[in-house]
Amino acid sequence: MTTGAPSRIGIIRNEGRRLMERWWTEMTAADEAQRPTAYVFVMGSLDEILRVFDLPINYPEITSLQTAVRGRSLPLLQAAEGYGYSPDICGYVKADVGLQLQDRRHPNGRVPKPALAIATNMCNTYIKWAEIWEQMYRCPVFVLDLPAWRGDRAAPDPRGGAFRHDRRYVEGQLRDLITLCERLTGKRFDIDRLREVLAEVNRMAGAYHAVLALNRHRPAPFSAIREGVVFQGISNLYRGTPEGTRFFELAADELRERIHRGMGALEEKYRLLLSGTTCYAALRRFAELFEEWGGVFVHSTYMLFAGGGFASGFEYDVARPLESLAEMLLLSAWRGFSTPMFFAQDWLAETVRDWAVDGICFHGVKSCRTTSTGLPDVREWLRTRYDIPGLFIQSDLVDPRLWSDAQLKNRIDAFIESLAARRAAPAPTRLA
Amino acid sequence: MSAALVGGVDVGSTQTKAVVMDDTRVAGRAIVDTGARLTEAAGAAFRQALDAAGAGEADVACVIGTGYGRFRVAFGHAQVTEISCHARGAVYLFPGTRSVLDIGGQDTKAIRVSETGQVLDFCMNDKCSAGTGRFLGAASQALELPLGELGPLALRAKNPVTMTTTCTVFAESEILGWLARGRKTEDVLAGVHAAIASRSLALLRRVGIEPEITFTGGVARNVAMVKLLADLTGVPLNVGEDSHYCGAIGAALYALDRVLVGAEAGAGSS
Repeated sequence: MTTGAPSRIGIIRNEGRRLMERWWTEMTAADEAQRPTAYVFVMGSLDEILRVFDLPINYPEITSLQTAVRGRSLPLLQAAEGYGYSPDICGYVKADVGLQLQDRRHPNGRVPKPALAIATNMCNTYIKWAEIWEQMYRCPVFVLDLPAWRGDRAAPDPRGGAFRHDRRYVEGQLRDLITLCERLTGKRFDIDRLREVLAEVNRMAGAYHAVLALNRHRPAPFSAIREGVVFQGISNLYRGTPEGTRFFELAADELRERIHRGMGALEEKYRLLLSGTTCYAALRRFAELFEEWGGVFVHSTYMLFAGGGFASGFEYDVARPLESLAEMLLLSAWRGFSTPMFFAQDWLAETVRDWAVDGICFHGVKSCRTTSTGLPDVREWLRTRYDIPGLFIQSDLVDPRLWSDAQLKNRIDAFIESLAARRAAPAPTRLA
Repeated sequence: MSAALVGGVDVGSTQTKAVVMDDTRVAGRAIVDTGARLTEAAGAAFRQALDAAGAGEADVACVIGTGYGRFRVAFGHAQVTEISCHARGAVYLFPGTRSVLDIGGQDTKAIRVSETGQVLDFCMNDKCSAGTGRFLGAASQALELPLGELGPLALRAKNPVTMTTTCTVFAESEILGWLARGRKTEDVLAGVHAAIASRSLALLRRVGIEPEITFTGGVARNVAMVKLLADLTGVPLNVGEDSHYCGAIGAALYALDRVLVGAEAGAGSS
């Protein structure tokens, strides 16, 4: 940083807000113009291909969580439940169904109708969710089958025969999607444009990981919950775009300035790691309950497995774009399942070490068994094997009815008390 | 008497417990129903504990509030959660304690503790009150029996029923269902106790069962629950006269820390 350079402080908030508002303006305009729009999911969005066809892309997981952040998810959930969906079903799904039932009017704008829905098997809800849109709008559903899991935890070997076979299988599916997009948009597929998008994803992934790595600093310059939700949003909505890459480069600049000035996300006493998602229906409160004790979340599993495939650490080979995209999808699916999402213990233990974490908060989501199953076991394993303190709490992604403030505060307070006790010397027990 | 006493007030969901301690012993204790006025309950319990100790407010150097209503202990100097307080109190009452099971009105807590009473790990029931003391309260209402009679009656069971739920809301209908099928009250009650014990055991296993186990909270006064848990864990449980006051005692010990080494001592008092 050079002396006299303009301050970067505030860029993350302002630029993040600007990009989010722009995305919503584009969504609303696409709806008004009735442009064919693709609905995708954050894991396996395939927006690399969709951007070649200039298709507007809607991310219903993100629009659902935004209803909760805006305090507007409950009527949507109730509308979906009144329509017949069980209270046990994924809150994201129900918030989206409620949104569709109210003519796609979102607190932030208007969501276009889907002309195409893309799902992968990376979440067991995705396919059924896409089928809801198929039934509502008669739109085609493209399901990408990723045979990433072959029964053990060993990483797939890209040079191995099974992987080559899988890659050809996925590549064939990608060609089917390209044909579908050509038919939908009337545009010819441009492989050079795909190369440009892939190169941009490579640059963005580098900038994204640089941002995350800056939180190894003590005090951590950002909260993986507060700024983290912005990073997750931009990393998905602007994946493969120069604006997205630029955002993370600017974010890194701001964070370096915060570090240079000694500005932490707060007066840091405890460095925490979040396993699972936060509760978007109580986003601020969730953070506050830890922050009032000086607890800052320096990282989260969600920032990797919902970061648009960035968990893979994979760099596209733009010389062989479709093949490389197929490889990334396979590796991303395997890593998405195996490292931060399932069998998270190794990644968590490494992050505790590398990010100097004091304790892990495992947040179970009542309406998402996919991300919640196994959290207590992982907590127990890390405690017994590495003596890593862990707190297990439960609420939901977007359902405020499942947020129980007094009980959560009690558990969080007790957890922080136990962290404090680990640091403190034994107290005297008798009056002098 | 100089200000050499400390106090702990545990404002629980059902009952409020208060103790006054000097540095070695409980000098006075009191218990009142919490009701809807938490601040008043805390004050009443504390005054009664002072009376029992033959002391006045001026004799108390520090008071710590604990329990769900800990922030309503208006005269308290700080607050500490009941998880930390039960851990500390249990080791004070039974120095060999390494695991604590606290079954209260709405919470069940399993806590693994160090030899100094520090919390090493803890687990609590889910946000519903399934398997807590409230479940026994529902059984008491359904069977029209005083709470204090449930345990002794359950011990007389010859052929306990298997309860399919520990949901407090559904408990009444399930109990009535068993009675309608002609099952004896004591057999139904034994099933109720077994259901709670089973859930409590699962929590204890989550933190790792390490003897000695100290049983605290209101349900520790229930003889059937004590026996069932001892049978399930395979070790006798520490239960004493002051088990119900364990949280308040722990709070008083944290108050003692503050008096001895200043406000920064203890379990991160807020």
